[in-house]
Amino acid sequence: MSERQQFKGRRAFIFAAIGSAVGLGNIWRFPYVAYEGGGGAFIVPYLVALMTAGIPLLFMYYAIGHKFRGSAPLSWRRLGGGAESIGWWQVGISFVIAVYYAVIIAWAVRYIGFSATEAWGEEPGAFLIGQFLQQAEGDAGFDVGLTLVPGVAIPLALIWVFALLVHWRGIQGGIARISMIFIPLLVAIFLVLVVRALTLPGAIDGLDALFTPDWSALTDADVWVAAYGQIFFSLSIGFGIMITYAAHLKQKTNLTGSGLTVAFSNSGFELLAGIGVFATLGFMAQAAGVGVSEVADSGIGLAFIAFPTIISTMPGGAFFGVLFFTALVLAGITSLVSIVEVVLTAIEDKFGLSRNASVFGVGGVMAIVSLLLFPTTTGLNLLDVLDAFANNFGIVGAGLASVITLAWGLRRLGMLGDHLNEVSSFKVGLLWKLMVGLVTPLILGFMFVSQVISRIQDGYGEMPSGYVALYGWGSAIGLLVIAAIMTVIPWRKGVVAAHDAGQGNTPTPGKEA
Amino acid sequence: MDVSAVIMMIVALVLVWGGLVAAVVHLSHHPEEVDAYDIDDDGRPDTPPST
Repeated sequence: MSERQQFKGRRAFIFAAIGSAVGLGNIWRFPYVAYEGGGGAFIVPYLVALMTAGIPLLFMYYAIGHKFRGSAPLSWRRLGGGAESIGWWQVGISFVIAVYYAVIIAWAVRYIGFSATEAWGEEPGAFLIGQFLQQAEGDAGFDVGLTLVPGVAIPLALIWVFALLVHWRGIQGGIARISMIFIPLLVAIFLVLVVRALTLPGAIDGLDALFTPDWSALTDADVWVAAYGQIFFSLSIGFGIMITYAAHLKQKTNLTGSGLTVAFSNSGFELLAGIGVFATLGFMAQAAGVGVSEVADSGIGLAFIAFPTIISTMPGGAFFGVLFFTALVLAGITSLVSIVEVVLTAIEDKFGLSRNASVFGVGGVMAIVSLLLFPTTTGLNLLDVLDAFANNFGIVGAGLASVITLAWGLRRLGMLGDHLNEVSSFKVGLLWKLMVGLVTPLILGFMFVSQVISRIQDGYGEMPSGYVALYGWGSAIGLLVIAAIMTVIPWRKGVVAAHDAGQGNTPTPGKEA
Repeated sequence: MDVSAVIMMIVALVLVWGGLVAAVVHLSHHPEEVDAYDIDDDGRPDTPPST
């Protein structure tokens, strides 16, 4: 067993798992989802979603990876033959998400520098789309061209070099090590940001907007779906990351105790981010003489347009900006490496590649795809459509397939629950089985079906239907086809059978470098 | 700030961060078992002294 390919202990694993879970979505998605979902009242569906879906699914994926000691496809294969395709679906989703997620981190890297000089001037929106990203306008933006924008491509290449070096250093020496440095640093930076934001005029108005409860929101099914969606996307469940990480754990690891810590750390950070973001938006609203509802935003608009506007207005804004975009980079990198690891470990397992070959071969291919498609004059629309489809069809779909297959197809929940209880302090029982086998399939099924219907009826945003069909639906269906093909390819002799759980002599995924 | 907003902020913070504290405390009450002879407690197995 390669020491480089195993977490040294529980603490290393917990930090890596928190690093994976805490990403851009915690900072730029949660605050707005909470604000839109009833403000202070949103804590009810949010915590219900955490308890009934987030934590139970986290435990489920930990159990799969830890018991079957393999990458996502190999663990699923050991669970039951055809289930391997779910693993490859997760690998495909991780591939797609990694290649565009890295690009946003590259933007954030550039914005650290832009913050120092407030380079966006008077029009941060026009600066982002026009000057920085150099996006083609009108119909030309819906071609997929290869015209590189060096200002994005160069930092993106650096991000990939850094990420692949982390992977080359391995699970413990690379991923766990950077997580144990980056996560405390991220929390420290965010605490500084929050304290600064709370001292700004108008901050209280922002908090008022975020926390004033609208109890009628609890009768709105969309709010509940949004809460489950937020928990689901935020906790990194459904990509295969948690299977992959748990497979690299020692036999005697407290899985559920660790899982609770990871889940509440993720939510705790999300809440901190909500306070920071809305205090800042309150300042922005007061400065502009408008209500908070006029300035509230999420995603790219919040981070790369609203925040620069605020930084330009704020006393000492440059320092605030540098800290904010550094936080985005730190949160993003630890999530990116976890997503890439899903792909690398899977290919190592299936084809017997060495660590070096997978990092520089497979990881190199991911970097090249990322560099060819996204830091271009047409990259933004492609990123947008892939993000929407990878999340709403990929992650939700793979999550749905996972729970249905386990609970109703293979009927292995009892076995996984026994495994969790064998090694963990926090025991699971009938309630856990009900959540995984009944509640989550219903919720995920509803989310999946309603997404399919609304995308078919309404298309996606203002995008041409042909473009959405090719890159949105095409990528979603393409991943399923690739998953089927990968599943049909036979395993090397002895790999699938090399599993001997509980005997202390099971191989860890990935070969020694 | 509106009273209801203050109350909900406190409720949210207590529930979420309280959950985190409870999880960490729970974990600390269940220390990690070492897989092998680990005399210096660094998580890596050491070679037992020959008798």
